[in-house]
Amino acid sequence: MSTEIDLHAAQVSKFRAQDKAFHYITLLFAFLVLAALVGILISLSIEAMPTLKEFGPSFLWSTVWSVPDERFGAMIAIYGTLATSIIALLIAVPVSFGIALFLTETCPVVLRRPLGTAIELLAGVPSIIYGIWGLFIFAPLFAKYVQPPLQSWFGDLPMIGSLFSGPPIGIGILTAGIVLALMVIPFIASVMRDVFETVPPILKESAYGVGCTTWEVVRRIVLPYTRVGVIGGIMLGLGRALGETMAVTFVIGNANRIGASLFSPGNSIASTLANEFGEAEPGLHISSLFALGLVLFVITFIVLAISRWLIRRGMGSEGL
Amino acid sequence: MPEQLTESGANAALKIRNLNFFYGDFQGLSDVNLDVEQHKVTAFIGPSGCGKSTLLRTFNRMYDLYPGQRAEGEILFHGKNLLDKKQDVNLVRAKIGMVFQKPTPFPMTIYENIAFGVRLYEKMSSSEMDDRVEWALRKAALWDEVKDKLQQNGLSLSGGQQQRLCIARAVAVKPEVVLLDEPTSALDPISTAKIEELVNELKYEYTIAIVTHNMQQAARISDFTAFMYLGELVEFGKTDELFVKPRKTQTEDYITGRFG
Amino acid sequence: MNLYQRRIWSNRIGIGLSMLAMTFGLLALLWILWTLFSKGFSALSWEFFTQDTPAPGSEGGGLRNAIVGSGLILLFTTLVSTPVGILAGIYLAEFGRVSRFAATTRFVTDIMLSAPSIVIGLFVYALVVETLGGFSGWAGSLALALIAIPVVVRTTENMLRLVPTSLREAAFAVGAPHWQVSLKVTLRAVKAGVVTGVLLAIARVTGETAPLLFTALNNQFFSTDMSQPMGNLPVVIFQFAMSPYDNWINLAWGGALLIALLVLGINIGTRILFRTKGQR
Repeated sequence: MSTEIDLHAAQVSKFRAQDKAFHYITLLFAFLVLAALVGILISLSIEAMPTLKEFGPSFLWSTVWSVPDERFGAMIAIYGTLATSIIALLIAVPVSFGIALFLTETCPVVLRRPLGTAIELLAGVPSIIYGIWGLFIFAPLFAKYVQPPLQSWFGDLPMIGSLFSGPPIGIGILTAGIVLALMVIPFIASVMRDVFETVPPILKESAYGVGCTTWEVVRRIVLPYTRVGVIGGIMLGLGRALGETMAVTFVIGNANRIGASLFSPGNSIASTLANEFGEAEPGLHISSLFALGLVLFVITFIVLAISRWLIRRGMGSEGL
Repeated sequence: MPEQLTESGANAALKIRNLNFFYGDFQGLSDVNLDVEQHKVTAFIGPSGCGKSTLLRTFNRMYDLYPGQRAEGEILFHGKNLLDKKQDVNLVRAKIGMVFQKPTPFPMTIYENIAFGVRLYEKMSSSEMDDRVEWALRKAALWDEVKDKLQQNGLSLSGGQQQRLCIARAVAVKPEVVLLDEPTSALDPISTAKIEELVNELKYEYTIAIVTHNMQQAARISDFTAFMYLGELVEFGKTDELFVKPRKTQTEDYITGRFG
Repeated sequence: MNLYQRRIWSNRIGIGLSMLAMTFGLLALLWILWTLFSKGFSALSWEFFTQDTPAPGSEGGGLRNAIVGSGLILLFTTLVSTPVGILAGIYLAEFGRVSRFAATTRFVTDIMLSAPSIVIGLFVYALVVETLGGFSGWAGSLALALIAIPVVVRTTENMLRLVPTSLREAAFAVGAPHWQVSLKVTLRAVKAGVVTGVLLAIARVTGETAPLLFTALNNQFFSTDMSQPMGNLPVVIFQFAMSPYDNWINLAWGGALLIALLVLGINIGTRILFRTKGQR
């Protein structure tokens, strides 16, 4: 009646070999993902080498970008990238916070899901659509109705005034920042909502129990509790904003200079690449564009790494 | 083909000797010794966390899936130590089937649920497979309920039917031992009664080891009962004797409901 | 009483501002969609789908070559990124629960999810276009696949982790080898979720423009040759929107609408699919 246990020896060794193969095949594909990142760093570095050799570290802070003279520096594009991203965050952070707050604390339960979904859908809209909307709809209205009053209010103030000087042409650093803000709001709001939802209800209920208002619960309980995750969400938005190409390229004005005014056109790293790479001659120009790409990749990598670390901490250990 | 005998001289399907089990640094079982007699039902009872499920999961080396869990000692099956690193686990599992606490139908048709395991170790024609599927479903007293919907998803059955499907699946590969890990804890009384009836039928062809938290169930269906507490085998014997006149006070306290 | 009133007012202001933010967000969405629909629909016509992109200054024209090109590029992107992403996701879920290599891969995948897409374009340019001597549809597909893969990897892994341990154990309990447990039981149990992941990945790359600029480039003419530069919607929209010709700008709006419809359709569709599946 009893069967010898090694009867199926052939089948067993076949399974063992298959399992081994399965393990290594999946490992190989996981490795491919990792290799892509390393590949990006290596290939960009190789391509950027002529520029880095020619200009050395001064490439980073040189404000000259001249194709005819074959002289290239990254500062104009870095400035444009940082300026647009900072403007975007200044607008997007409070708005996203408000949206997340509304969705988790005050929104009627019936609307919670549809409104949350709407915000998530907004995150899915391709950035090129924000771009052409910014160029054709937003920029003209901005030039006509917003820039002139800004100029008349702040134009005469010392220091701040120069930020709003120059012709109100609609496109420029400020416009790019605003369009970028619209694009990152859904990302930041979604993360903030998710971290707000990790607050244990009992904590909030205790606070309501001693007579706190909703606003006080948010200020004193929810925010302190989720601080880390909220900052992580903001960093995620920053990472997105820094590397965004299309929402910026349409409306930044594509001028290789740093203007004192926020109205003046400029260039971000991504918009420089989008505009010039296609027509660039092999040599220093292309190499400098690769160097710009490398700078962008390194900056966003750092920002995104911090963001991920914070979000995980905010949602994981502190959230429990 | 070495046969193994229990101390009383009957055939033993599994002989457990000096078994220790560890979850990382925590010892889950200490020095368990016991024989699971062939073609009998052996029940494992005890309070939650006593190690009864842990013990059952050493019989088919389920713990192998989790790094950090390890077993020491011997579980002899046809004279070979199942815990031996060189012993192929897939084959062990084909010979020692298992049914879980919650029904676990695979995400495929009822027919495929049964055929999946059979195909692993046996080559057969499609008509032979049809016969085998019917045979297994009949064994599990499910055939009449599902014979017209073999191509439906296993998940479409009721909870009790799903559990009998899982028993059919375990039986279909013609194992020698069937492990049941609290198979009725997620089921209603009627489904539970059906499963118990089934266990009584199946023991004539299979050795059955069942973990249960329900003492009445153990008393109703088992021939032998092992009472475990804090990772140790406290008492093991014929079910009638253990429930009527337990030798240890801990056993008595448990079966009379004074703790656990 | 004074303090109490102050608290009440600060509460009202706070809540009021949050509602204002929500309204602002929704209005922005509606505004963008409304513009897109009103401008885009007027551009759609029979010619829009049947004619190729017009030469500078010439009248009329359509986006046939770009639509077909985008379709082909996306098709191959999906064909590449689906198996790669799923297998890598399986590795992370099945073999990589504790390993350091898996933790690193997971980390990198998360970063790549938000990495600047234009840099991916640069990478593929250096890797493929420069070495093989030309822009091509293949290069475009590869660039998009590099963006899609992390999405598939992460959803696959997350879905597989949702599979109840008892189901996994049950599959091992019949003596199945690991690969059959993974592919025939656990992966099948989360099929809907993985399909969703793939669809979302497609949605994610459908509107991506930056990585195609230096890889697939563009092609004014109809072509199905993946080894040549290939017309595609995002790049055409980018070039046409920046142009001085009215009919080009019109076509750009139509193309943008097409992309938005596809992306929103996939997003909404997967939500419906996943919700009904989840209820069962």
